[in-house]
Amino acid sequence: MNDPRLLLLSDRDNVLIACRRIDAGEKIVIGRKPHVLAKTIELGHKLARCSIGAGEKVVKYGVPIGSATRAIEPGEHVHIHNLKSDYIRTHLIADTAS
Amino acid sequence: MTGERAPILGYLRPDGRKGIRNIVVVAYLVECAHHVGREIVSHFRGKDVHLIGFPGCFPNPYAQRMMERLCTHPNVAAALLLSLGCESFNKFSLSRIVETSGRPVATLTIQENGGTLSTITDGIDWVAQRLEELDGVTRVPMDPSELIIGTICGGSDGTSGMTGNPAAGLAFDRLVEAGAACIFEETGELIGCEEIMASRAVTLELGDELRASVAKAARYYATLGYGSFAPGNADGGLSTIEEKSMGAYAKSGSSPISGLIKPGDIPPRGGLYLMDVVPDGDVRFGFPNVSDNAEIVELIATGCHLTLFVTGRGSVSGSAIAPVIKICANPETYRRLSGDMDVDAGRILEGRAKLSEVGDEIFDLVLSVANGQATKSELLGHREFILTYKTFDPIGPACLPG
Repeated sequence: MNDPRLLLLSDRDNVLIACRRIDAGEKIVIGRKPHVLAKTIELGHKLARCSIGAGEKVVKYGVPIGSATRAIEPGEHVHIHNLKSDYIRTHLIADTAS
Repeated sequence: MTGERAPILGYLRPDGRKGIRNIVVVAYLVECAHHVGREIVSHFRGKDVHLIGFPGCFPNPYAQRMMERLCTHPNVAAALLLSLGCESFNKFSLSRIVETSGRPVATLTIQENGGTLSTITDGIDWVAQRLEELDGVTRVPMDPSELIIGTICGGSDGTSGMTGNPAAGLAFDRLVEAGAACIFEETGELIGCEEIMASRAVTLELGDELRASVAKAARYYATLGYGSFAPGNADGGLSTIEEKSMGAYAKSGSSPISGLIKPGDIPPRGGLYLMDVVPDGDVRFGFPNVSDNAEIVELIATGCHLTLFVTGRGSVSGSAIAPVIKICANPETYRRLSGDMDVDAGRILEGRAKLSEVGDEIFDLVLSVANGQATKSELLGHREFILTYKTFDPIGPACLPG
């Protein structure tokens, strides 16, 4: 059973979503294993549900939302620092506009 | 569960379709007739008399078709058309189409009817007679498979894709299973979902059409100068455009996609459909949808009996013609605006409900509202309506596989 502060949207997902802010230093349980949060996680942010290898798809809602840019440990924050879009072109539209 | 439920009672129209409301629409055909329409409708406060209309003086085939579909919508029992007299809207064609559908219709032309006051008086008389005829009309059993349900999201935040949208998707799955037609839209917010969406299409050719509709949206929004990913999205925990899109896409549930339609194309049978709301051709009349209600009106013109509206920040909109069920994704928003919200989907975040429970709640509420239960926005008198200029090419043969 996962930590009640973390939400699994699809069985296929390799990330969990924070249902509320969880402060750095707090203990969370993923799978059956406890992890201590290295940094504060805000509502709506993602944590790795398992080890995710560099280049592996990050899966949320049961579908890929991009690829890991480096290895991600279970319980680690998954965001723009270690996850990139597989649709760079879409980003470039915004970038060239600014 | 569905088998034990009391049947929905609907309104049978002469064209064989069934409605879930029994509404007299007052439709102004140019802004110049708007005031007269508003005065007529305001005489019937609390009654099912709704104001719709098109403001433009210059012709637009899209607007003409929208008004035809809206005035012959199954929730509509009769239509009063209001013309100034010199506008280019084809009131003759509209009137003929409403008449052919078997509905009472009248056209009042202000320039030929003695001006504002006498047109208001005549309009009130006509509507009052129709209401008298409608009073006590017998309702007929209606199967859930006869329903057409739309979904949109507006005022979205980080919670929309976590609670409200997936819960609406689960309700869509159950509705499709029950034989209903369900429609999702907003191709501009499906950028990144095209491959996954295409893989759900019932034919490969339809998959190509779904991909092409998203590519068209990407081009259209790029021309308008849209950025597709705002800094606020990242603050709310969204990392990529496809993640943002997927939140919106979750409303579609997991059924196979049976077709691609455009505003006004009524689904031929049950199943899940994508509605392409982005105009065809060059960017001409501005934004594809000026506000949420423009999309709701397009869903209604496509036959939707009611619309599921998922909101995080807290939209309060309803609609003319067809009820809007508001699903609030954010628990804090719900506490602030509970008087406007039908479903508290944010309680999933606080561990007070499972996603599947909220999905079931939405499904049950759809059937109750179809059976006459008023939504919050209906009780509050929300009857928003907006229709503007657009251009569409007809859908291709691959869009609706047999």
